[in-house]
Amino acid sequence: MADTASATVRSAITTVGVADPTKRDMLKLVTGSAVAIGVGALAWPLVDSMNPAKDVLALSSIEVDLAPIQEGQAITAVWRGKPIFLRNRTAQEVKEAEGTPLNQLIDPQSDADRVKPGKEKWLVVIGICTHLGCVPLGNKTSDPRGDFGGWFCPCHGSQYDTSGRVRHGPAPANLGLPPYAFIGDTKIKIG
Amino acid sequence: MAGLHKSEFENPVVNWIDTRMPIFTMMQKEYGSFPTPKNFNYFWNFGALAMISLAIMIATGVFLAMNYTAHTTLAFDSVERIMRDVNYGWLLRYVHANGASMFFIVVYIHIFRAMYYGSYKAPRELLFMLGVVIFLMMMATAFMGYVLPWGQMSYWGATVITNLFSAIPVVGESIVTWLWGGFSVDNPTLNRFYSLHYLMPFMITGVVFLHIVALHITGSNNPLGIDVKSPQDTLPFHPYYTAKDSIGICVYLLVFACIVFFAPNWLNHPDNSIPANPLVTPAHIVPEWYFLPFYAILRSVPNKLGGVILMFSSIAVLFFLPWLDTSPVRSSRFRPIYKQLILVMVASFLVLGYVGGKPPEGIYVVLGRVATAYWFLHFLVLLPILGKLEKPLPLPESISRPVVRRPPPGGGGGPLPQGATAKPMEKS
Repeated sequence: MADTASATVRSAITTVGVADPTKRDMLKLVTGSAVAIGVGALAWPLVDSMNPAKDVLALSSIEVDLAPIQEGQAITAVWRGKPIFLRNRTAQEVKEAEGTPLNQLIDPQSDADRVKPGKEKWLVVIGICTHLGCVPLGNKTSDPRGDFGGWFCPCHGSQYDTSGRVRHGPAPANLGLPPYAFIGDTKIKIG
Repeated sequence: MAGLHKSEFENPVVNWIDTRMPIFTMMQKEYGSFPTPKNFNYFWNFGALAMISLAIMIATGVFLAMNYTAHTTLAFDSVERIMRDVNYGWLLRYVHANGASMFFIVVYIHIFRAMYYGSYKAPRELLFMLGVVIFLMMMATAFMGYVLPWGQMSYWGATVITNLFSAIPVVGESIVTWLWGGFSVDNPTLNRFYSLHYLMPFMITGVVFLHIVALHITGSNNPLGIDVKSPQDTLPFHPYYTAKDSIGICVYLLVFACIVFFAPNWLNHPDNSIPANPLVTPAHIVPEWYFLPFYAILRSVPNKLGGVILMFSSIAVLFFLPWLDTSPVRSSRFRPIYKQLILVMVASFLVLGYVGGKPPEGIYVVLGRVATAYWFLHFLVLLPILGKLEKPLPLPESISRPVVRRPPPGGGGGPLPQGATAKPMEKS
């Protein structure tokens, strides 16, 4: 009696192990996917903890009063740890920026697309060279401003015009524009 | 070519690597086809669970370290920032804090398993001693980790535990000053504890590796405590015990998740939510639950040096356990008296844990002293004597034939009938 029982069990094991590979494959796939999903779900909190925390995100908007900036001058504000150039352009500089034919530009973009309508004299750009991340010179009137009257990067010689557009390499793109809005006649909110 | 491994893997990339560095062959040998006694019960899950615990602690710890600041003026706030601002920071911290408790639960059961089934006996003495080393390193790591949030319990725990060393005659005070890097627990102490708390888990990982090397030389013990006699007594580790361990891991994670999500502060002390204050000691100061039994032994002696010596001895005695227990029989199943005594030993450990969490007065002092006395009586007196006096039950012939047959009237052994093996298999 017991002999027959154990023989049946043994033959059942053989059947499952060899003769029915699709069932075993199915079990392996289901187990494997469950483990993968579980480990992924456990790993995500670890990975996400490296993203900006709430206190870092809370620092991501600033207000700047533009009133003290005289015509022709520029100041640097800090937003998300980056320098932001705020420049009060002279009428001459605005005219030069608007008058530049787009086909002379490395990264063609009109000046109108880089300022707020009615506030053309205010240029707000991220003060980081699009080549390898240095801060270009030109915010102080005593700084070299390059051949185009904007900014000059000391690291590899990129030059930007009075609209912050790249005019001379190796930088590939214009100075970035932060999201901002006028919340008063001479006050802006960046971020 | 000389020295190259002859790999049997068919996948060309695996074969190419394996020929030059046979890690695939090694993994297959140690975790794939590794012959493992076929009669494990669920107590044998706890080694794998301890490994999982260590991995979880290191993973969460590395990410917590990215947001923690080891400075007395910033540590507490940086932990609060982890709780409030860092994405999933609350989860990382609760998993890490409760993970320590889970790790200790698992390791205590793992040690109990070794004691109940005699896994420390020859030839596994070194394996067991490496385990005690891991346990000691875990205690040091857990203690230093508890100091890092720099709450009241952190600070006063650090003060009390480091002051244990001041009990050492003559050089005690100098040692404590050296441990502190000053004249009280302060910023230098916090900095070095952080550094060591980060280092020690990797040292533990190293000793765990040695623990496993030793295990794979001697092979696993089993609930019958008898040696593997033939290939019929074993199963390949994969898929049989990978599957059995997976079930244990699921249950473990379920319990872990319940604590983390429903009672994350159950094992925490409210006092540790108060920033450290070197001028005010909390009214009732207790260590984490997993230290309570040893804390109770410390307090049961009304002498500073005596208490410290007894506390360290209570763990040190485990190093000598393989030689203190003189019985050649491993498993408690065949040791009728030891089977009772080990339960008394566990009871004394639990009593010590209970007493350790109570104020040192009245009945708790008496209970603590009785339990402490039994702890040492058990290991130092009862175990050596018992091996000589106890008459063990007859051992089974092999793992495959676990039922002992009464000798036939005519005497002599003879092979067991086939049916004898089927019966216990149906039960298990």
